[in-house]
Amino acid sequence: MTTYDVLFTIAGAISVAAALLAVSTKHLVHSALWLIVSLAALCGCYLVLGAEFVALVQLLVYVGAVVVLVLFALMLTRAPIGRSPEHDTSLVQRAAALVVGAATAALLSAVLISAYGNSEQRVNGGGTHVLATRLFGSWVWPFELLSALLLIALVAALALARLPIGRRGATEGVPK
Amino acid sequence: MIHSAPPMVVVGLLFGIGLYGVLARRNAILVLIGVELMLAAAGLLFVTVGSLTSDSLRAGQIMTIFVINIAAAEIAVALGVILAIFRARGNIDMAQAGERE
Repeated sequence: MTTYDVLFTIAGAISVAAALLAVSTKHLVHSALWLIVSLAALCGCYLVLGAEFVALVQLLVYVGAVVVLVLFALMLTRAPIGRSPEHDTSLVQRAAALVVGAATAALLSAVLISAYGNSEQRVNGGGTHVLATRLFGSWVWPFELLSALLLIALVAALALARLPIGRRGATEGVPK
Repeated sequence: MIHSAPPMVVVGLLFGIGLYGVLARRNAILVLIGVELMLAAAGLLFVTVGSLTSDSLRAGQIMTIFVINIAAAEIAVALGVILAIFRARGNIDMAQAGERE
């Protein structure tokens, strides 16, 4: 066990535990808040693996933007505060989902461990300087394509928000 | 120096938990939270493999940045769709998806 192992195990355990709570809690808002904890702990994992820029992007984009968007959506869809058992799935479906999820987790872990082994390896995160050189050198065209994708997503979200639909024909407050 | 097994176990567990969330939830936004967890697992796998192998292109970290970017675009559009469904139907219950009012 090295320091890296200990730190990664702590961050990973927090991330997995928070993810487990995020998918199992009955409080809708708590689910989004546990997602923040999980993704922030994952950011710690990235730091241990030497990817400090990715960790910061994760923190800014996920915790800063995506989860706030999710919380806004929960608010706009009138998510109930407190336990909301009316959205529970049946016990059979949950048991089946548990089996599928556990089987996927076990299969994925086993395949990845057998592919990469359990040897001690040097953490080779590189530096932000090398990353920036590569990002704006070899990877510049995919990067530009992604900026176009973000623009398309922006326009699509705006178009969806302006769709003239209302419940049972009620269209008050919807722009024509 | 780091053992390569713990990151792989975390990747597998996060993906399995995300899949459970997608399959076991009925609120569409909670399904999206499961999808986010699966994308996070994919990103962690990219970073892990990128850090444990010597790659001059830094593909692992850059792919993770791209995945985060695509996830942000995806969640914006997905939440737009969910809000449109909420306005049309009054609920976002996955069990009633596809049924006519």
